[in-house]
Amino acid sequence: MDINDLRSIVTVAGLLCFLGIVAWAYGKGSKKGFEEAANLPFAEHDDQDGASRTSHPR
Amino acid sequence: MSGTQTTYNDKVVRQFAVMTVIWGIVGMLVGVIIAAQLVWPELNIGFLHFGRLRPLHTNAVIFAFGGCALFATSYWCVQRTSHARLWGGPLVPFTFWGWQVVIVLAAVTLPLGMTQGKEYAELEWPIDILITLVWVSYALVFFGTIAKRTVSHIYVANWFFGGFILAVALLHLVNSAAVPVSLTKSYSAYSGVQDAMIQWWYGHNAVGFFLTAGFLGMMYYFVPKQAGRPVYSYRLSVVHFWALIFTYMWAGPHHLHYTALPDWTQSVGMVFSLILLAPSWGGMINGIMTLSGAWHKLRDDPILKFLITSLSFYGMSTFEGPMMSIKTVNALSHYTDWTVGHVHSGALGWVAMVSIGSIYYLLPKLFGKTEMFSTKLVTVHFWIATIGTVLYIASMWIAGVMQGLMWRAVNADGTLAYSFVESVKGSYPFWAIRWLGGVLFLTGMLIMAYNMFRTMAGGKTQDAPVVVPAAHHA
Repeated sequence: MDINDLRSIVTVAGLLCFLGIVAWAYGKGSKKGFEEAANLPFAEHDDQDGASRTSHPR
Repeated sequence: MSGTQTTYNDKVVRQFAVMTVIWGIVGMLVGVIIAAQLVWPELNIGFLHFGRLRPLHTNAVIFAFGGCALFATSYWCVQRTSHARLWGGPLVPFTFWGWQVVIVLAAVTLPLGMTQGKEYAELEWPIDILITLVWVSYALVFFGTIAKRTVSHIYVANWFFGGFILAVALLHLVNSAAVPVSLTKSYSAYSGVQDAMIQWWYGHNAVGFFLTAGFLGMMYYFVPKQAGRPVYSYRLSVVHFWALIFTYMWAGPHHLHYTALPDWTQSVGMVFSLILLAPSWGGMINGIMTLSGAWHKLRDDPILKFLITSLSFYGMSTFEGPMMSIKTVNALSHYTDWTVGHVHSGALGWVAMVSIGSIYYLLPKLFGKTEMFSTKLVTVHFWIATIGTVLYIASMWIAGVMQGLMWRAVNADGTLAYSFVESVKGSYPFWAIRWLGGVLFLTGMLIMAYNMFRTMAGGKTQDAPVVVPAAHHA
């Protein structure tokens, strides 16, 4: 096998890997975890307006 | 964890935050001086001429100002979103003092002409080794803190900070490889076109990771915090991160259009630069839309003004960048002041403004106050900085396009229509406007320093307690 075949395979694998990440990020399964993660900055004591925050289900 | 009340390590954040403002003033002052040297050449005195001071300016604003801002905000963010005190014990103060020593050494060696001659990587090999030690410590502290987090998720801002730390380590190690011949002189391990390609692989990723990924980490923490609502779309932020990681590394060749670099490599660089528009704008929209439903906050909150304006400049410069990477556009723009304008649209408008906004957020909290000494002065700073930035980039656009057109203009017989010095002469008024823009931006930083010291006066420097693990479900 030519080194250039390997290079092509790595490039295509990189693209598929990225598309996989996009599918995972926009899949149903990741929604709840993302919502928890998105609210991580607001778990501190200095947040007085905690009640007014709703997370976006996007 | 429960029982004993541990605190966050806010001391190191305090140190880096204050030095961000100090080094910002120093770096921008040198910038104003070299801008003046272009308008009034008699200001090039002895060895303190443009050629020696220009790398001092770039190193000071990128690595001293920007670097301190990144250290301060990443240390704050990683602790707050991991619910853990910084890991690493003595490594933490080492990153602060080590980085300050690097900056001082740069300020001494660069004006003396000790340089590796690589843009943004000028520092000689002994300083490069110290940078490596500090950076490895930084990585250990940052990832050590993530490893001991008491929450299950790693917040997206920490992904950006982490990506920035790893990428910069890789870039620095590869591009700084050199053969030393004395304590103050070394030669690059690479030669010819490979050396150029490695330099701009480094150079563009210094922009992509040091000046973008790290500051996006800042954006993903401080914009939601200051707006009081979570990021617009967490999903988009995940895709934003990975899209940047997959594409940025390839964009470097656009710095070497029409050089000895193979043509196909130039085209690859151009195509990846164009692709970069998508994740860049995705991130910008994600940040700005975080304010959706709370736009009124923008009216009277100057910190949000800084943060959201920085995103607007980020959007502008990440549109301009891909356009300039197109070979035919680059044939006009390259080597002109248009490039300088583009860089400062990113550096002043995006990097500096998002840093300034974040530091304004941090300062009162770090010194036990509820807000800055004067919110009015923050607003004044915002407007002065914005006007300064607009003057700077608009003058450089005009000067750059003019230079490009003059250099390529030919007479009917094929000879050049203008000599080079005619384009220099034509640039003077715009260089004067650029200098004025820089003076305004520097003035804003001086106001910030005054405001900072008044906020610090009589402040309490007590570290905040770490959030108890159970509290993270809001």
